[in-house]
Amino acid sequence: MIKAPIGSGKPAFWSVQNISYQAYRLKTRPELIIGVLALCFLSFVVLVPLLQIIQDAFTFQSYDLSYEPDGVVGSFTLFHIDRVFNQPISTALFYKPLLNSLKMGFAVTAIALVVGFSLAWLMVRTNVHFKGVFGAMLVFPYMMPSWVMAIAWLSLFKNDRIGGSEGLLTYLTGIQAPDWVAYGIFPIVITLALHYYAYAYLLISGALATVDSELEEAGATSGMGKWKRIRVITMPLLMPAIGSAIVLTFIRILGTFGTPALLGLPVRFFTFSTQIYASINARNQGDAFVLALVLIVLAISFIWINSRIIGVRKSYVTMTGKGFRKSESDLGKMRWPITILVILFLCMTVALPLILLLWESLTLIPGNYSISNLTTYFWNGKGNINLAYGEPGIIHNKGILEALFNSIKLGFAAALFNGVLGLLVGYAVVRGRGARLSKWLEAIAFAPYIFPSIALGAIYIGMFSTNIGPVPALYGTFTILVLITVIKNLPFTSRTGIAAILQIHQSLEEAARVQGIGWFRRMFRIIIPLSMSGLVAGMLLTFITAMRELSLIILLISPGNMVLTGLIFSYQEMDMSQHSSAVTLMLVLLIIVISVIVRLITRSAGVGRLNVT
Amino acid sequence: MGQILLDGIVKSYGKVVVVKNLDLTVQPGEFLTILGPSGCGKTTTLRMIAGLEEPDQGAIKLNDKVVFSRNNGVVVPPEARHLGLIFQSYALWPHMTVAKNITLALKEQKISKSEIAQRLENALDMVQLTGYAERYPSELSGGQQQRVAVARLIALRPSILLMDEPLSNLDAKLRTEMRASLKRLHRDLGATTVYVTHDQIEALTLSDRIIIMNEGQIMQEGSPYDIYHHPANIFVAEFIGDPGINLFKGTISNGMLDCGAISIPLPTTIANRGGNLIAGIRPEKIKVSETAKNGWQEVTTGILQPTGANTILEVKAEDIPITLLQTGFITLSENTPLWIDFETDALSFFNTQTQENLRNEVS
Repeated sequence: MIKAPIGSGKPAFWSVQNISYQAYRLKTRPELIIGVLALCFLSFVVLVPLLQIIQDAFTFQSYDLSYEPDGVVGSFTLFHIDRVFNQPISTALFYKPLLNSLKMGFAVTAIALVVGFSLAWLMVRTNVHFKGVFGAMLVFPYMMPSWVMAIAWLSLFKNDRIGGSEGLLTYLTGIQAPDWVAYGIFPIVITLALHYYAYAYLLISGALATVDSELEEAGATSGMGKWKRIRVITMPLLMPAIGSAIVLTFIRILGTFGTPALLGLPVRFFTFSTQIYASINARNQGDAFVLALVLIVLAISFIWINSRIIGVRKSYVTMTGKGFRKSESDLGKMRWPITILVILFLCMTVALPLILLLWESLTLIPGNYSISNLTTYFWNGKGNINLAYGEPGIIHNKGILEALFNSIKLGFAAALFNGVLGLLVGYAVVRGRGARLSKWLEAIAFAPYIFPSIALGAIYIGMFSTNIGPVPALYGTFTILVLITVIKNLPFTSRTGIAAILQIHQSLEEAARVQGIGWFRRMFRIIIPLSMSGLVAGMLLTFITAMRELSLIILLISPGNMVLTGLIFSYQEMDMSQHSSAVTLMLVLLIIVISVIVRLITRSAGVGRLNVT
Repeated sequence: MGQILLDGIVKSYGKVVVVKNLDLTVQPGEFLTILGPSGCGKTTTLRMIAGLEEPDQGAIKLNDKVVFSRNNGVVVPPEARHLGLIFQSYALWPHMTVAKNITLALKEQKISKSEIAQRLENALDMVQLTGYAERYPSELSGGQQQRVAVARLIALRPSILLMDEPLSNLDAKLRTEMRASLKRLHRDLGATTVYVTHDQIEALTLSDRIIIMNEGQIMQEGSPYDIYHHPANIFVAEFIGDPGINLFKGTISNGMLDCGAISIPLPTTIANRGGNLIAGIRPEKIKVSETAKNGWQEVTTGILQPTGANTILEVKAEDIPITLLQTGFITLSENTPLWIDFETDALSFFNTQTQENLRNEVS
């Protein structure tokens, strides 16, 4: 007979018994071990870099000596703060980019929201024609880099301002597009809005589809008119989704680099992101760090204000791709006109850019869009010293092929690591529900969300340019691209992981435990197969994001770890528009082909059966 | 082999204590049911035996081996406790066929292939699912899924079986059927079984011994017969029995319990106590007559619920409601006068303050 002296309660905290108990306990609770490891890893790659750049921003650096020869390297200084906020140079360095970024952010968010909302309403709540095709086409921008539209815009409206060739408009009509049409805030806002409406559309249509039409009917039976029902019932229910769309769009715009660089830099129109890029290139990293910090503060305060106004605490729900419809209202006479309007919109946002890219890539002499000037040289040319600095066409171009390989490698590596990390975080968070560790882990996995892409890039430059303990300097390596992509996508994949584990009833794992099946076998035989469909969807999203990403990695790429998006940007900077168009087209096609293949494979793998739990 | 021993188990979630200092011994081969309302701590107790929850205090011993002791720092994980557990939701793995569901754990144990095939066949045979090996759980009915869960246990041959409300997801008819097959399973395997349920019929029909829990404490422990006929306190008396027991509160006077419109005969030992009492009697222990008899008390009928073999009668003596249970299909119009008499042997008496059965006080 065992005897446990009940009266004495638990053994003392530091007693051998308690320590051995806690150790045994840890052994039997894998979610605790995973949770602690994940928390340490994420703190190292998310919190430490943030603290590091705060420290660097307040420390006198060797590159500051050219401005202040008397400074002591390594000492505390307000030099960077002063330079950014309080010097004659501050206007150009800080205030103007701030104003531009805010103008751009608000304008794009407003337009994207209106467009996305209208489309969502049309698709979910009306009987507009061709819903199936439209639904697929409307999310298309999501699969393209956000600056594809900017490159297409330049093909159309490029004028003689910066030299080189001119756009299609000038070729066809002889008219030079005015500067404000070709460059600056106007085209930036238009092109970004025509890309980012897809996010608002996805979020709002998802929410709209889940608003039970019975709720509205209940309103109707209590005598509310149609508009009152929308205002009093539907809109408040959509508020969380609208709030998420606003936050998501605004933060992405703050951190976006490609479009403001392509359309803004030629007329010296700087936003925060392009200014950070310029400061880093000018070796004024301290300025860049301060700017990145301001950007993060801006993003956080925006989330805060937004949640205050909308009154929903979690107004940053991530994207879901649901799309079912109910209670459609009849558009009546307007049905065809509105359908045609949507077709025109899709032509403009999807078909036109791709056609322009293709055309551009096929012109021999840039700026000449006649049939006789068409060539396949930039696709299969072997290199000619008189054309494009002798760069060979895509299929013979070693640089392009290497970047292609790197991009695919980055996409797969990021997807794989994100999938694994998302699954482990999801497992630790869900199985540890209620404990503090679980809450911390969930919070820190979500933290990268508040870092605008370019700011995260700046943070990573600061952190990984030298070795930290056993971790070698990662700057310029392929590893750092994978790392930053994984971290930036973690908020989304950890959500996917949490959702996937939540839908596996705990008893399915416990049944295996009780039958003597160990943790690894449980993971591989039960948890992973059952969460596969959700995980693959999340990994595909990471893959697409990684392949098309530029803002996040622009500060971290170098010839040694060049990827397609970086290459496109440098071709564009060198005004080699055929090359940039051809490579962009290749990238977009690649993303589409691979996502279609993945979808087909997962569908044919009989994932459907798994839904019955 | 097969003994289960719980010693001073305490478990709380935050500030809520769900199990309060529980001592429990289950003998080898015994079928023990833990019965109680939801939230009484019965499932938590079962999960602590299985190792899926850790007690805050106390010790657990299975098969003469200590598997948990807070004081000695011992925690054996569920993987190493070699138990069988049937979940309320069956917990079949939806992505595996019936055969894989049953053999997955066997493959872990490095049992030879021929032995595994043998055990699979045997287990499927025992639950009458031969020929279903290649089906997926989603292709089976609720009852069949339940039997697969049982077959999974049979194949593992554990010496201890734990069952967590295994029948609660089945419809009434299937439940009766599965009850019989669970009882057969216990008999055939000879395994010590702990069965958790809130359904008293399951408890009464299946068990060698029943433990009634409420708010983390054992209210009564005994054979189904004892629990039904001699409830230890008012909680157990009310919890067991359907329709529920009749309770009458009254004052002792002249050897009777005076409850107003009704008076109940008392044995002399009780009558000598004086003061107040609560008397309890099961509905089927009250005799009924349609004609007046000497010493019988008059009541009038209210609602009648014939269930086929039996009829539940709600009657009233002035304002005191009384439930009766009679065999046969009875139809009477409302407000018909009836005469009732109590079977004195079947009466239980409870202290009004402590709510305990007076039998317990005397000894």
